[in-house]
Amino acid sequence: MSDEANKGLLSPLRRKLLMGMAAVPAITMLPRASFAQAPATSAVNTTGLAVTDTEVTVGILHSATGTMAISETGSIEAEKLAIEQINAMGGVLGRKIKFIQEDGASDWPTFAEKAKKLLVNDKVAAIMGCWTSASRKAVLPVMEQYNGMLYYPTFYEGLEQSKNVIYTGQEATQQILAGLNWIAKEKGAKTFFFIGSDYIWPRTSNKIARKHVENVLKGKVVGEEYYALGSTQFNSVINKIKLTKPDVIFTDVVGGSNVAFYKQLKAAGIDLAKQPLLTISVTEDEIDGIGGENIAGAYACMKYFQSLDNANNKTFVPAFKKTWGEKTVIGDVTQAAYLGPWLWKLTVEKAGSFDVDKIAAASPGVEFKGAPEGYVRIHENHHLWSKTRVGRAKLDGQFELIYETADLVEPDPFPKGYQ
Amino acid sequence: MTDNRFFNRSELIGILVLAVFLVVVLPLSLDVFRLNLVAKYLTYAFVALGLVICWGYGGILSLGQGVFFGLGGYCMAMFLKLEASSVENTKIQSTPGIPDFMDWNQITALPFFWKPFNSLTFTIAAIILVPGIFALIIGTAMFKRRVGGTYFAIITQAVAAIMTILIVGQQGYTGGINGMTDLRTLKGWDIRPDHAKIVLYFFEVGCLLVCIMIAQFVRHSKLGRILVAMREKEDRVRFSGYSVANFKIFAFCIAAVFAAIGGAMFALNVGFMSPSFVGIVPSIEMVIYTAVGGRLSILGAIYGTLLVNFAKTSLSETFPELWLFGLGGLFIAVVLAFPNGLAGIWGDYVQPRIDRLIASRKSKPDGWTDSSVADGAPAE
Repeated sequence: MSDEANKGLLSPLRRKLLMGMAAVPAITMLPRASFAQAPATSAVNTTGLAVTDTEVTVGILHSATGTMAISETGSIEAEKLAIEQINAMGGVLGRKIKFIQEDGASDWPTFAEKAKKLLVNDKVAAIMGCWTSASRKAVLPVMEQYNGMLYYPTFYEGLEQSKNVIYTGQEATQQILAGLNWIAKEKGAKTFFFIGSDYIWPRTSNKIARKHVENVLKGKVVGEEYYALGSTQFNSVINKIKLTKPDVIFTDVVGGSNVAFYKQLKAAGIDLAKQPLLTISVTEDEIDGIGGENIAGAYACMKYFQSLDNANNKTFVPAFKKTWGEKTVIGDVTQAAYLGPWLWKLTVEKAGSFDVDKIAAASPGVEFKGAPEGYVRIHENHHLWSKTRVGRAKLDGQFELIYETADLVEPDPFPKGYQ
Repeated sequence: MTDNRFFNRSELIGILVLAVFLVVVLPLSLDVFRLNLVAKYLTYAFVALGLVICWGYGGILSLGQGVFFGLGGYCMAMFLKLEASSVENTKIQSTPGIPDFMDWNQITALPFFWKPFNSLTFTIAAIILVPGIFALIIGTAMFKRRVGGTYFAIITQAVAAIMTILIVGQQGYTGGINGMTDLRTLKGWDIRPDHAKIVLYFFEVGCLLVCIMIAQFVRHSKLGRILVAMREKEDRVRFSGYSVANFKIFAFCIAAVFAAIGGAMFALNVGFMSPSFVGIVPSIEMVIYTAVGGRLSILGAIYGTLLVNFAKTSLSETFPELWLFGLGGLFIAVVLAFPNGLAGIWGDYVQPRIDRLIASRKSKPDGWTDSSVADGAPAE
């Protein structure tokens, strides 16, 4: 019932907010007097990128096919939406953004090949893309060799920093530490059980989490288990959980394994309303597959939830649904992917140039006030300052915001004392 | 004079055309980026070449060639990774001087089996020997017990699956699912810039031509004839007093070594190696390249590999969301309409016309591309 009522309200409100949002980045342009004639191509593009007097080309590089397609589709949609919105406002330095989409096909070498194609053949000014760490690791040498600019959306393990990459997701400490602090205080948690998928991101995240639990929270890790990607048998670890009775289950199980994990947890009689569980790998997208009834009550530590109550998000969510369908859900990474084109646009305008070197240099300090997650800013290390938030999963597959850090959390990809 | 141990007249022409195509036409007509892609495609041509011998002639269908491709590739990648992980390059790590992925996995010293890969000589020997010996062990275990046909194919697939799980699971030692990335130099020579890519391309084409010669030699030798005889009627060969198992093991080993050379070339040309080339899917893809090209034709397999990979790249660039359907359609069409692949089309339609045109006295130069022979199923 209330849904119906809201819809009526939203429409005029949305228009107003859209205009408001359009004005926000425009304000930052004002002092530069960019409303005047678009600057000459020879001035803004000295390195032979695909920039004409009316157009600038960027690349979108995600998996549209293969096992990762289910996760990466949201990112593709978000990036296309952002580009569309930027074009509707007049583009970048007076030029419309044209995009070339390439398919990484969930295959890391293909990612490298396509990234190279985008940079060498198409001379794109920037690439929005990659999702898994493996694909980023494959693409990174290409970006550095051919001096490209990558906007990478996924929360990831850190331990990396490149002139040629802007990380619009959280690195591990930004995602984990505040969440652990919160749950330790709120639930008086002392003992933790870690479960993760067996690859670099969960292992690094758990390493950081373990140091934090042991050294800062003075708690104890009573178990740490890893399962191969795609694994669906969690009965033995669930038995161990029942034996050790940890205060908190901390999980970074990824992809399809989640479905089996939460169903088996429920079947084993572990009630997430009573047994606190903190995950850093389940967003609204994953709950779509897991089913709200299987995960309701679990806590997730992210920087964005679709249900966030702020003006930017109230424009973003309907706009996204209008373009990509009412049923689509928006997870943390999708939102971070949406930031990519915007941050690039703002940086280009700050630098007054499409040149990659100038963009890399101008990136630190670039602010985006229209971000659905709220205000974000690029740090000197090319990661984003952003808030950490904890949400509780509800039956309908959405999260209810429980806690957020008061201030933006500084990104620290090489955390001292956590390595 | 034209018929020697390596090739007859028409094969000689075929090889020369291929050589001119690879050495002159492609480098002149493609930019460095596309040429490097061709270099990547050609690494699979080594595998396809091995499959022609082992599957086309020997009738042994292996669905696990990715394992050998991977072994060769990982040997090369280990050498390159060690060189890229000098203390200077890795000083931000907790333990400088070891590959970055080991550091992320809390490994603090170089594992013992990595140490010999500091030597290039050892690495080159390992690229040939490790897969060769591995194939010998699998081959001996299977063929001596007369496991063949479908069962053998299934077991090779299982090996491919095991290998992937092993590599992904032991990520501290292998780089896990990320593989080994950011390979930079070979004995101090940077393999990344454009001029290096061109040099590597020609080196690879050279190796490929040598492997083609070896394959031709095998085919024209008595050994090749026995392989075909075995494929057609294994028991007769056995009753004639030949050790069928030994010949099969040999064919399987040669295919493994070719695949490994391809893998090593891949690591050099593309600059990384990952478990995504080792598993079941890539292994089957490699069989498809051979099938499209024609499993009975050495040159057909090379063209087939180039064609399929080219189609893969161009379809996926043009239709990023639909290309897999197009590729699937291509495979089905080729296998349904032309069971002997490109070489079959050539042998059945093009070659006879050329022959008629030059009014040569022979109607068909060569029996192996003849469809009547080719229709015989591989030995079960």
